[in-house]
Amino acid sequence: MNRPIHRTPPAETLLPPRFGGWFAARGWAPRPHQLALLEKAQRGLSSLLIAPTGAGKTLAGFLPSLVELSEEVRAPGAPVFGPHTLYVSPLKALAVDIARNLEQPVAEMALPVRLETRTGDTPLHKRQRQKLDPPDILLTTPEQVALLAASKDARRFFSRLSVVIFDELHSLVVSKRGDLLALDLARLRTLAPGLRTIGLSATVAEPDDLRAWLVAQSGPEGERNLSELVLVEGGARPDLAILASEAHIPWQGHSARYALPEIYRAIKAHRTTLLFVNTRWQAEMLFQELWTINEDALPIALHHGSLDRGQRRRVEAAMAAGSLRAVVATSTLDLGIDWGDVDLVVHVGAPKGASRLAQRIGRANHRMDEPSKGILVPANRFEVLECRAALDANYIGAQDTPPLRAGALDVLCQHILGMAVAEPFDAVALHREIVSAAPYRRLDWETFERAVDFVATGGYALRAYERFARIRRRKDGSWGITHPRIAQQYRLNVGTIVESPMLNVRLGRKGGAAGRGGRMLGQVEEYFVETLVKGDTFRFAGRTLRFEGIRDNEAFVSNAASEDPQIPSYAGGKFPLTTYLAAGVRRLLTEPESWRRLPPQVREWLEIQREKSRLPGADELMVETFPLRSRHYMVAFPFEGRLAHQTLGMLLTRRLERAGARPLGFVATDYALAVWALRDLGALFADGRPSLAALFDEDMLGDDLEAWLADSYLLKRTFRTCAVIAGLIERRHPGQEKTGRQVTVSTDLVYDVLRSHEPDHILLQATRADAATGLLDIARLGEMLSRVKGRIGHQRLSRVSPLSVPILLEIGREPVFGEAQEDMMADAAEDLLREAMGEAHFGDGADRVAGGGLG
Amino acid sequence: MAERPELALQLAGCEAVLDAAGALWLPGARTLVVSDLHLEKASSLARRGMLLPPYDTGATLRRLESAVRARDPRSVICLGDSFHDRAGPERLAGEARARIAALQRGRDWVWVTGNHDPELPPAIGGETAATLVLGALTFRHEPCGGIRGEVAGHLHPAAKVARHGRSVRRRAFVSDGERLVLPAFGVLAGGLNVLDRAFAQVFRADAFLAFMLGERRLYPVAPHALAGD
Repeated sequence: MNRPIHRTPPAETLLPPRFGGWFAARGWAPRPHQLALLEKAQRGLSSLLIAPTGAGKTLAGFLPSLVELSEEVRAPGAPVFGPHTLYVSPLKALAVDIARNLEQPVAEMALPVRLETRTGDTPLHKRQRQKLDPPDILLTTPEQVALLAASKDARRFFSRLSVVIFDELHSLVVSKRGDLLALDLARLRTLAPGLRTIGLSATVAEPDDLRAWLVAQSGPEGERNLSELVLVEGGARPDLAILASEAHIPWQGHSARYALPEIYRAIKAHRTTLLFVNTRWQAEMLFQELWTINEDALPIALHHGSLDRGQRRRVEAAMAAGSLRAVVATSTLDLGIDWGDVDLVVHVGAPKGASRLAQRIGRANHRMDEPSKGILVPANRFEVLECRAALDANYIGAQDTPPLRAGALDVLCQHILGMAVAEPFDAVALHREIVSAAPYRRLDWETFERAVDFVATGGYALRAYERFARIRRRKDGSWGITHPRIAQQYRLNVGTIVESPMLNVRLGRKGGAAGRGGRMLGQVEEYFVETLVKGDTFRFAGRTLRFEGIRDNEAFVSNAASEDPQIPSYAGGKFPLTTYLAAGVRRLLTEPESWRRLPPQVREWLEIQREKSRLPGADELMVETFPLRSRHYMVAFPFEGRLAHQTLGMLLTRRLERAGARPLGFVATDYALAVWALRDLGALFADGRPSLAALFDEDMLGDDLEAWLADSYLLKRTFRTCAVIAGLIERRHPGQEKTGRQVTVSTDLVYDVLRSHEPDHILLQATRADAATGLLDIARLGEMLSRVKGRIGHQRLSRVSPLSVPILLEIGREPVFGEAQEDMMADAAEDLLREAMGEAHFGDGADRVAGGGLG
Repeated sequence: MAERPELALQLAGCEAVLDAAGALWLPGARTLVVSDLHLEKASSLARRGMLLPPYDTGATLRRLESAVRARDPRSVICLGDSFHDRAGPERLAGEARARIAALQRGRDWVWVTGNHDPELPPAIGGETAATLVLGALTFRHEPCGGIRGEVAGHLHPAAKVARHGRSVRRRAFVSDGERLVLPAFGVLAGGLNVLDRAFAQVFRADAFLAFMLGERRLYPVAPHALAGD
C-alpha cells in the first residue's frame, strides 16, 4: 500500500460553476471520492471505486462524464455521432432505475445530455432508432454490449466512446457474464483507443483483481496493469446480533420456525424489515409461517426470482412507496435498487459468506453514516456456529468474495463468432486483443486456435464439416462468416445466462389441467417438475400446491388440501459455505474459551460432544463411526460445503464398494458427510481394510473421479450450459414449442458421444473447468484432501454422537445418493410383479413377462 | 451378474426376445430387428449450423455390430429412419459404407422405409420394403395400431419413473402382447415419453407395459407407475 498519495485539487478547480451551483443549491458538497474520481478522469485514468451503499457511488461514476459532456465544444459542421458514455449494469431494472435518478441532475443543470436505456425489454423500433441516432449516455446490460459490439456498424457506433462505467462490478466479474463483458471491453478499447473505465463495487477481498479487469493487460507474465483505486471506508459499523431465543434451537432443518415469534416482534418494532433467506423454498416457508401469526395483518410480501414478473414489480413498487412492513426475499434483492426506508435486515438461515452478509446487511439504511441494523437467525445448531463465525468476520471487516478464475473457453468461442459477425477478423490481431482482457491474459495461441477451429467446423479430429463451416478463411487471410444465417443464429443465442428451461406454473382445478386461463403463479425449473408425479405437493408462490400435470409447456397445479408439502425442497439458489467461514467454524470448535459467546444450549451440545466423543482438531478431519439400527455409519466433518461433500460422498462410496464394505447411501450437508453401509465400517477402518488414510487419499481425484464423471448428471448439466454458450446447440426460446424427439437434441447424448470419441475436445475442457468450481467443487475437495493428509482422526463409538445427530436427521429430507437409478426402475418393476401376481389384467403376453421373464 | 440383459415374451403368439441394447431378437426366424438408427444425424444438423460431433454413425454401427455378433442372425430388419435424411446415404463415409456391407454379408438385410428415409439408393445394399410380413408378425416403420402382430418403431419410446423427488428416464420397448414398438437404436436419437398421446393411437390406455432399458436388465413397468415429462 506504499503508493504515492496524489492530492486531489479543490472542488472549484475540478467542478464547472454549473455543477458547483447545483450542489450548493441543494445544500450539498461534493464528497471527496466523487472529486477524486473526477480528478483521475480528467487525467485520463481509469478507476475502481469501492464504497459502501449510500455513499453516492452512482453520481460519483457519472460526474466525470456529465462534466465532460457539459464542456464539449461541438464544432459546427462536424456532427457528433455515437454514445460518449456506456453504463453497464448486471440488472435491467437497475439500469432503468439509474437512468431515472440521473435525469434529475441533468434536467436541473440543463445539461446538453441525452440519456437512454437499452435492455432486452427495449422495443425493437427504439433499439433500431438508437443505432441511427444514439444518445450521449447509453445505460445497458452485458448482453446488449455484446450485440452492439458484434453488429456490422460497431466501428462507427463506438467511434466517440470515451467512458464505460461498470456498476456492481464485484458481482459481474465472478461469472461467465463477466468474462464475456471483459472480451467486449477489449473490443471497445480497439474501436475507441483512449477509452477510460470506471468500476463501481462493494467491498471485495481482492480489489486488485477488479483493478486489473478494468484496464488493458500487456502480457501473460509479470505484474498486472492496474487501474486507480478510490476507496471509501465503510461508514458506521453495522449493529449486528444473533437472535436471542428462549426456544429450543433445532438440531437440523432450515425453517427457523422456532424463532418466529421473535422475528415477528422485530418486524413490529421497525418501520420496514427486509428478511433474507438462501433458497426459494425457505422464502416460501418463512412467508407462510409469518402470515399464520400475523395477527396485526401487517403488510408482508414475498419476492423471489421464480415469481411472476408482474407480481415482483408490484412488490418492488409497494416497497419503494413505503407501504410494506416486511419483504421476504432471496438473492434477487441483493443488488442495486434503492429501497428507501429499510431500517432492519433479518438474515434467516446461515449467511454462507462474510461478504454476502455484509452486502445484505448494507441493504438496511442507505445513509452511510448511520449504522445498519441486522439480526442473524440461525436455523439449526451448526448454523449458530456459522453465524458466530460470520459475525466475527463482519466485525473485523474480513471479505471472502471468491477469487477470480481464468476466462471460460465456451465464452471465448461465443465471442470469436461474434467478432466474425461484426466484420472479418485477423486471427493474430484478435488474439492480441483478447489477451488484453484480464481474464484471458494467459490464453495461449494454441488454445485460441482450437477455439477458432471449434467455431469454424466444430473442432473435431475427424474433419467432417469443412463444407458446413460457419466461419472460413478468406483470400486475404481474414476469417468471416459463411452465410448471413450464421449472424442471425449468433444474435439469437448471445449471452451466457443459460437458464435451465423454465415452465409456467398455472393454477387450475384439482384432478386435471382443467381449462386454460387459470392464474399464472410464476415459473419453476423444468428439471424440478420432471421429478414430480401427479398428486405430489410442494410449496410455491406462498401456497401449497398439488401437481396435476404438464400441457403445452405449462405445469398445471391445484390448491392442495393439506398444508404440508410432500416434496420437501424446491431449492432454487443454494450457496455453498465459503472456505473462510468454514475455517471460522472449525476454529470455533477447537477453542472452547470462545464458546461463551454461543447460546447456552449450543454450548451444552458441544460440551456433551467433547465428553461422549471428541471435537475435531484445528487442521484435522474427524471421522466418527458407529452402529445404528442394523446399519453402520461413518460421519466425516470436513466443513467444505455441500457441493464438495456430495462429490466426496460419490467417490467414497465407490471406494467402499470396491473394498467390500457394502455402502448403501450417503447424505451431505454444508458441514458434514454421512455414509452408511451393511458392514462394520469402524472395524474395517481399524483393521486397515481400508485405512482411513487410504480411503481419503487424494488419488480418488484420478481414476475414480474420471469413472464417476462419465455418468454424472451434474457434469452433463454443466456440459449443456457450455454447449449452449459456445454455440454447439441452440437455445430454446420462450414460446418455442418442444416439438418432440426429432427437433430437440439431447445434450446428454451428445456428451456421451463426444466423451467417448474426443475426451480432449475444447468443450469438455470447458466443462471440466466449470465442474472444478461449480456443481462438483472438485477444486475445493482437492485442497481439503491435501490439507488433511496424515491428519485424519478416527473416533470409534458405540452409538451416535451429538455432533452427528444433525446430519442423520437429514436422511430422508435431503436427496440420498446411491445406485438410485437402477433401484428406482427395479422398484417400479417390482410393484408390477406384486400386482401381476395378484390380479392379472395385462393379457397373456404381459402376464408371462411379469411372472416368468424376470428370473 | 446372474441376470441376462434380455427378456423373453410372447408377441402375438411368437416367441420374442427383447435385449437391453434395444434390439428385438426372433429366435424362430433367427431375425434381428432394430429401429430408428438415424445414421448421419449429426451431419444432417451440421448443414444447419449445429456442428454436433460427427461420430454418431460410427457409434451406432458399433452397437449394431455388437448385436449382430451376439446373435449371428440369418436376417436383419431395420425398421425405418435408418438415415436421418434422404441425403444421408450419400454423406456416409467410405469406412462406414464398408462396415454396413460387412454386416450384410451372408445374411438377408431389409431396410424398411421410414419418413426420414422414404427412399434408399441401391448402392446401400440389401432389400427395401415399406411393409414386411413374417409369419404372424407385420413389420413397418410407423405403428398404426389395430393390427395384431405389428412391430414398429418411429415413436422413439422412452419411459420415466419418479420416486421421492428424483427421476430416471430411459429408452423402452412398449408392448401389450399383441403389438410392439421398438426404442430408437441410434445413439443420437431422442425419446418420446410413452405417456404421450401419440402412443394412445397404438395401445389402449393402461393396457401396455414399458420395458425400460437398464444397465443390466430390462425393467417392465406398468403405465400407472410411470411419470410423464
